[in-house]
Amino acid sequence: MASGRRLRTAVLVTLVAALLIALSLLSVALGALNVPLDQVVRAVLGHPPSRLVDNIVWSVRVPRTLLGLTTGAALGLSGALMQALTRNPLADPGILGVSAGASFAIVLAVAVFGVGSLYGYVWFAFGGALAASVLVFYLGRLGRSGATPVKLALAGVAVTSLLSSLTSAVVLTDQDALDRYRFWSAGSLADQGSGELLRIAPFLAVGAVLALSCAPALNSMALGDDVAASLGRRLGLVRLQGVTAVMLLTGASVAVIGPVVFLGLVVPHIARVLAQYAGIGPDHRWLLPLSAALAPVLLLSADILGRTLARPTEIQAGVLVAFLGGPFFIALVRRRKLAEV
Amino acid sequence: MLRPRLVLTGVLVGAGAFLLFCWGLTLGDYPVPFTDVVRALGGAGDPGTVIVVQDLRLPRALTGLLVGIAFGVSGAVFQTMTRNALASPDMIGLTEGAGTAVVAAVVLGWTGGLGLSTLGLLGALATALLVYALAWKGGTTGYRIILVGIGVSWICTSATDFLVARGSRFQAEEAVGWLVGNLNGRTWDQVDTLALAMAVLLPVTLGMGRWMRTLQLGDDVAAGLGTPVQPVRLALLLAGVGLVAFGTAAAGPVAFVALACPQIAQRLAGTASPPPIVSGLTGALVVLGSDLLAREAIPGTELPVGIVTGALGAPVLLWLLIRANRAGSGG
Repeated sequence: MASGRRLRTAVLVTLVAALLIALSLLSVALGALNVPLDQVVRAVLGHPPSRLVDNIVWSVRVPRTLLGLTTGAALGLSGALMQALTRNPLADPGILGVSAGASFAIVLAVAVFGVGSLYGYVWFAFGGALAASVLVFYLGRLGRSGATPVKLALAGVAVTSLLSSLTSAVVLTDQDALDRYRFWSAGSLADQGSGELLRIAPFLAVGAVLALSCAPALNSMALGDDVAASLGRRLGLVRLQGVTAVMLLTGASVAVIGPVVFLGLVVPHIARVLAQYAGIGPDHRWLLPLSAALAPVLLLSADILGRTLARPTEIQAGVLVAFLGGPFFIALVRRRKLAEV
Repeated sequence: MLRPRLVLTGVLVGAGAFLLFCWGLTLGDYPVPFTDVVRALGGAGDPGTVIVVQDLRLPRALTGLLVGIAFGVSGAVFQTMTRNALASPDMIGLTEGAGTAVVAAVVLGWTGGLGLSTLGLLGALATALLVYALAWKGGTTGYRIILVGIGVSWICTSATDFLVARGSRFQAEEAVGWLVGNLNGRTWDQVDTLALAMAVLLPVTLGMGRWMRTLQLGDDVAAGLGTPVQPVRLALLLAGVGLVAFGTAAAGPVAFVALACPQIAQRLAGTASPPPIVSGLTGALVVLGSDLLAREAIPGTELPVGIVTGALGAPVLLWLLIRANRAGSGG
């Protein structure tokens, strides 16, 4: 029933798009000062009802919302890519230590090398993310049984503990660094202007293109490495491309919003379930973009919730994502067939 | 029953720990020669030296010693019970749970009239029960406990991050300094609480040593040999959690000691499972040695001990991981 499938796919795409638009509007509307939705729409369309509203909307809320959309998409894409590359349902940039690598490198750049600008330390973030992901992938594959989910997760934990104790060592010797680090490490979209977004946008764009163009190869790799190789896929090249994409997407996001754990874990699983309902099946040409669209839904929801729950202060989005994602991770672990993605 | 190699290892490791203990007491703004330290411990010698050694430096050294023993023994208990080297309290979220409780008390100023030790204990106990309950599914496997523990510890970590970000600058510094595992500025208060707790928990734990060994053979065999399986398991779990919790409350979650030391002890002593007493002594040796390294490695700065054990312990964990060649599907 090709037409039925097409219909269901269209419904799915419309629903996700509608959710994203609705959440974006809410994200612009809600905060320490609530702006009525009609005024939000007028301000966005260029006819602000007052200068105050114009100011709040354009200089605070819109950059924040756009940041949530882009970094969310990046982390969702990164998680989906990691799960496909490692064939590990527990893969996530946070759990597998990639975020910790980026974090440590950034802290090192700021505190030890005195790098002050985002453009300066984002390169450190890439280096850290790359080193940590290569290390974890490599360690997870060692031993007789190859890369099992458990071993990869444990390798991630080991690398994360090592890096976070080194990170603490650096921030504890520098009070100002600690003061900034503690807000950033909770994972927040707050207090970022449009400048940061513009600076990381090129990296995210390149990462997204690299990630999405992996999709056909990932489809063949899902059939097993041997099949993929016999279909003419060059596995080493695909992995290199994938790891580069993970590095760009995770490194740039972590540099701005801090390490957010579980987002990249949860979203691809939801995407797989939805794709199943829509009759698309496990096709990475759909799963990757769907993850990229669903992750901002979760991140923006967490951000909006954090702003609303704790007014006039806020709970960092990263904290709420972890609180929602943690139980999901545990539910996943309790499922019997963990070995299969 | 006692094998010569086990006894010899215990004596050597214990002697090493004692040497490091005394060596630590010699260091500081006012250096005291090694022989004077040993005499001052007995109350003999120059009164000034006795005050420096006994009142100023002894609490730190004793905290390190006791925490090392507590973590080492607790790790041995957990690894023996789950029959998995990776199921140590710091892998399955207990130290993170204790950390969240203590940081909450520091930041929110809410202690409910309880000391930080008690709060750490409650946090670790609650986390232990949560992990055990969530990993339960008509029985539980070592790997499921570990993975569930990883999930729970991430949740605790993010709660801690939130609290640290919420607190004042001063509170944040206190909390982060504690979270990394630190022996700086310990006083007799910490030593007294920890020593009291260990005076109760250690005999209980070690007294169950024989049953612990039968549990290793599997529940059915153990029951056949006359071991009250469920009560013993519960008692061991509580004692193990208590040791970690009081240790964590005194010095913070000193990374990897509970994971690595039982494994080191097992290999040194050549036993089939981690020997509890030697594991404890190894823990003391490692914590005291790491603290010396942390204080002396970079002149002019005193790093927290947890940074050294974290840096040294990660390779041990990785090595265990590589060695674990059973097909861990985690299902």
